[in-house]
Amino acid sequence: MALKIVKGSIDRMFDKNLQDLVRGIRNHKEDEAKYISTCIDEIKQELKQDNIAVKANAVCKLTYLQMLGYDVSWAAFNIVEVMSSSKFTYKRIGYLAASQCFHENTDVIMLTTNQIRKDLSSPNQYDTGVALTGLSCFVTPDLARDLANDIMTLMSHTKPYIRKKAVLIMYKVFLKYPESLRPAFPRLKEKLEDPDPGVQSAAVNVICELARRNPKNYLSLAPLFFKLMTSSTNNWVLIKIIKLFGALTPLEPRLGKKLIEPLTNLIHSTSAMSLLYECVNTVIAGQYSCSVGNTKSHSAQWPQPFLCVQKLRILIEDSDQNLKYLGLLAMSKILKTHPKSVQSHKDLILQCLDDKDESIRLRALDLLYGMVSKKNLMEIVKKLMIHVDKAEGTTYRDELLTKIIDICSQSNYQYITNFEWYISILVELTRLEGTRHGHLIASQMLDVAIRVKAIRAFAVAQMATLLDNAHLLTGNMQRNGICEVLYASAWICGEFSEHLENPMQTLEAMLRPKVATLPGHIQAVYVQNAAKLFATILKNQEGNTDSTTAQETSQLMIDRLPLFVQSANLEVQERASCILQLVKYIQKLQQKDVEIAEEVSALFAGELNPVAPKAQKKVPVPEGLDLDAWINEPPSESESEDEQPKAIFTKEEPKHSRPRHTEVDEKELARRREARKQEQANNPFYIKASPSSQKVYQDAPGVEHIPVVQIDLSVPLKVPGLPMSDQYVKLEEERRQKERAEKKKKEKKKRKEKRSGRGRKHDSGPESEEDITPAHVVDIVTEEMPEDHNHLPSPYLSKVKICICIFYLSRPLADSEKLPVRSHRAAGAPKSSAEDGEVENATSQEPKKKSSKEKREKKKDKDRERKVRFGCWKHFPPSETDSWSALNSLFFLFFFPLALPTKVCDIQGNLQDGSQVVVSVIFENKCESFLKSMEFNVLDSLNSKLQRPEGSGPHDGLTVPFQLPPGVSNEARFVFTVQSIVMPQKLKGTLTFIVKNEDSSTHEKLDFKLHFTCTSYLITTPCYSDAFAKLLESGDLKSSSVRLEGVNMPFHHLLARICFHHHFSVVERIDSCASMYSRSIQGHHVCLLVKTSGQTVSIDAKCDEPTLLGNVLDEIKQTFSQC
Amino acid sequence: MRFLLLFSRQGKLRLQKWFTSMSDREKKKIIRDMTTMVLARQARSCNFLQWKDLKIIYKRYASLYFCLAVESQENELLALEIIHRYVELLDKYFGNVCELDIIFNFEKAYFILDEFLMGGEIQETSKQIVNRSIEASDMLQELGGYAAGCPSLSPPRSL
Repeated sequence: MALKIVKGSIDRMFDKNLQDLVRGIRNHKEDEAKYISTCIDEIKQELKQDNIAVKANAVCKLTYLQMLGYDVSWAAFNIVEVMSSSKFTYKRIGYLAASQCFHENTDVIMLTTNQIRKDLSSPNQYDTGVALTGLSCFVTPDLARDLANDIMTLMSHTKPYIRKKAVLIMYKVFLKYPESLRPAFPRLKEKLEDPDPGVQSAAVNVICELARRNPKNYLSLAPLFFKLMTSSTNNWVLIKIIKLFGALTPLEPRLGKKLIEPLTNLIHSTSAMSLLYECVNTVIAGQYSCSVGNTKSHSAQWPQPFLCVQKLRILIEDSDQNLKYLGLLAMSKILKTHPKSVQSHKDLILQCLDDKDESIRLRALDLLYGMVSKKNLMEIVKKLMIHVDKAEGTTYRDELLTKIIDICSQSNYQYITNFEWYISILVELTRLEGTRHGHLIASQMLDVAIRVKAIRAFAVAQMATLLDNAHLLTGNMQRNGICEVLYASAWICGEFSEHLENPMQTLEAMLRPKVATLPGHIQAVYVQNAAKLFATILKNQEGNTDSTTAQETSQLMIDRLPLFVQSANLEVQERASCILQLVKYIQKLQQKDVEIAEEVSALFAGELNPVAPKAQKKVPVPEGLDLDAWINEPPSESESEDEQPKAIFTKEEPKHSRPRHTEVDEKELARRREARKQEQANNPFYIKASPSSQKVYQDAPGVEHIPVVQIDLSVPLKVPGLPMSDQYVKLEEERRQKERAEKKKKEKKKRKEKRSGRGRKHDSGPESEEDITPAHVVDIVTEEMPEDHNHLPSPYLSKVKICICIFYLSRPLADSEKLPVRSHRAAGAPKSSAEDGEVENATSQEPKKKSSKEKREKKKDKDRERKVRFGCWKHFPPSETDSWSALNSLFFLFFFPLALPTKVCDIQGNLQDGSQVVVSVIFENKCESFLKSMEFNVLDSLNSKLQRPEGSGPHDGLTVPFQLPPGVSNEARFVFTVQSIVMPQKLKGTLTFIVKNEDSSTHEKLDFKLHFTCTSYLITTPCYSDAFAKLLESGDLKSSSVRLEGVNMPFHHLLARICFHHHFSVVERIDSCASMYSRSIQGHHVCLLVKTSGQTVSIDAKCDEPTLLGNVLDEIKQTFSQC
Repeated sequence: MRFLLLFSRQGKLRLQKWFTSMSDREKKKIIRDMTTMVLARQARSCNFLQWKDLKIIYKRYASLYFCLAVESQENELLALEIIHRYVELLDKYFGNVCELDIIFNFEKAYFILDEFLMGGEIQETSKQIVNRSIEASDMLQELGGYAAGCPSLSPPRSL
């Protein structure tokens, strides 16, 4: 043994240590890889030895090699060996290696649990420290779970050195094992007041991080943090605390009031820029939350951003680039809430565009977006264009390009007064070499050309020039990103070819052999639009006695198209061969002197009109189509919930107030909208809106300003013939001056006419935004189109759908029409039969036989009956039979409280108005006479009132706005105002109408009752388990429970039934237990816990309104008592 | 904080600390991105970069770049302070620290960092306390090394 040790240490004399390795690598610069592979072989030998010192040395070298990028995962087990050495020297190296090399999927990690636990409880604080440090790097969920308790104990260690490490690592443990947060939190909170400042700041750090993820849970700590903030002098800690308050203020506006003074003091007094910056940021965040949140009344507490903007200006003016950058960054946050106060610093920000630092220029660009106005857009873009020319890197230039387009196109081209100028800017941008944004420019060209009708002639001329000079765009392979522009050019020239001055020339340009080198999708557009041009030329030539031009054109097409017919691209090939055959046929006809221009242009007839993005909404959902119905079985909710174990850390706030789909944030919506718009603009086949729903297009003034096309041949790289955008700046200036002059004249005239006594001269100083009128009008239109469905009071109302079918039984019923169900029901059919089959049998008035022969036939019967039954009874609490029997015996009145599928898509959550309920009534005429002059009237109760048009008395009926021919059904909607929704209600009503037969007409009356169940006030609202848990914890809810016996149906049917009939959504389902949630139109939360065992179902429920809850439970009970 | 990288002007990595678990492939990609991005910056530019959803704060000391990635809500100036504080600590430990010190004693550089930052948070803001605990652990190591008859790992300073 002794010999072995001696031998080991002699061997080691020849071992390389880390320094030797490093030196060796530096000396073998040429064959580094080879040298290292021999080193790794040596290390493998060393690791095989028993001597821990040798092993540690080897592991240390491996750690270094790992940094150089070599894979050392094979040595993971040796690392664990070194970690478990009793010597601190080696242990330290082992833990370092582990923290550098291990990650969550390293499998040896599970072997370390006991070793780490041992080290954590070591009497030597540095052993413990090293273990904690290492653990912080490679902690896994398993380790976190197993060691959470040990670490929690260490938080109260006697040594502050251990305490602070334990506190910090606790954060990592929380992340990996969220369940530990609750038990550990009290101790963590305690550490905020630890006597050791290091431990205290560690606790502040951890809580800040936690609070950033879920601020709501930490509101209660605000007073403690406030105390710390006012007492602490450590800037590191102060910054963290102020950041924490930044996260808390949006939740608790009253905090802002308290904070504003200490923050302002700090802003004025501190010399630490980092602290100043943090304060400014928090103040901005406070203002932001006030301006967007529902806390409008509190916004007064935050001072106007004057102080912040002023401080930021000082930062931006500073020579320190870092401060300049941060100043601009913070400024962009203010811009969101107080654009005016930032706009006054335009000069400064424009100046930053000239900065040589790209980061700063990018930040300044961000700001520009919010600063443009009609007045300065041209000037700013001009400046940006100069930068585009100067920019060296393509990334920055591309950024500039997108910014120019963003700025110009923002809010529906709001700031563009002259679209000729914009088109020429776009054309100038095509000169950029190697940009990736060709498609962006293209889509802008398409968008503008389609939507600004007055610009089309101009755009077409520009696009024709582009096509003519296509070789300049595609000449260089590097530039082919820009060739996307040709897509737009070709389409615009084709679609609006009537504006072309020389269509023949453009056609020729589109059929050049060079075109075949373009990407397929562009070639396809070329081919298609060549056909459009062809049609236009034929049309122009019609009536011309000399038909040579037309025939030449056909010949040109026939000559050139075969090139495309050979294309490898299917789209191109298909279009080309189709069009080629067409042209050949046309040529034949031409030779026979047949007039075909009309027919050919009919191929491409019809103008493309823009469609508002929301137009789809106006299309009514076809009857019988349920957009919300599952096509397949819905996935079980519990599964997806299980995948989110980090629920308590989720950033999203519990928003149980609204259905999920409305939570898609504005940005996302805007993005989608934009994408949709883009798509529509690009899609030449987009279906036009019906003329009625379109805005009437006003022809814009300013067409006379189309300038003479300037030919610029001196600069070779420029596309010749394209106008410089600059000249538009001048032109626009002149136009505005002219307009102003005219206006002045008019005003003068007016004044002269009026000769107002005061005689005060109107100040005609600098023009204001409103004075500038755009030269072109953008057609459409992101706004909502005029509501066509005016009879709908508001789409945001909850709807109680009631279906009233009218059987007018003036003649005896045919056998098939007989509804046995009803007669039985009225006669007191068995109400609580457990089996569906029994009821059905009973209702079918047939003796109950179950012979196997009859079975099939019976099944058919059953099915038919089920349908009938479903129609009549399924959704119908038995109590309602009373109201039934009270009905006129001639009529059947069917109630479906909230049961029709279409209802789901109609309910959008009426948070705006919780007191309105819409009742949709379906009138179905089942008799053979004509029904007309229907009048619907309801006897108002104190609580519920039918909304009647203004001027009518409280007892007047509402005219149903249609008549019913025999066999026809139609729907009418009536709005009710409801005060309280906690109780179910019945309203008595009558329907009067005239029955018209061939020979006579009689006045009839039908009494009915409207049953407003409490369920009808509930809206299916999805809720997530974390939000649900929070809701239950809040303790504001009253509970109640109900027990259902003899329910014999699968659990998921049971849940589906509750969901369907009572508008609940399943939050989570585990085995035979499920939590469900719903929300009333007045915002009451209703939570259910449904458990089943055997035939007993117990429902524990909680709601903030006990009466409502009781009634809802009663209704649920009734639903199930019928099955 | 997400990670801290130290690399030379030639783009050679000198130290890496990852505060979140990441696969080797991701790490390599990030290192490549960082070195190309930071090394491409011109002198007298600001020290901040935007990279994906992270803020990159870098600073050059002599031939070495310190590059720290933080979440987007973090304070850039504070991150700069952190880098500077680390350099101060290294300087105090090695005495006029240079790149070679960190190359040859890279494990020491890690140990110092581990006493200053932990799990992506600041552990100790006081320089004295950090220094004291490093000295104390080194003492322990020297003693332990003696006991095992191990040659000191302290560097040959003549290079």
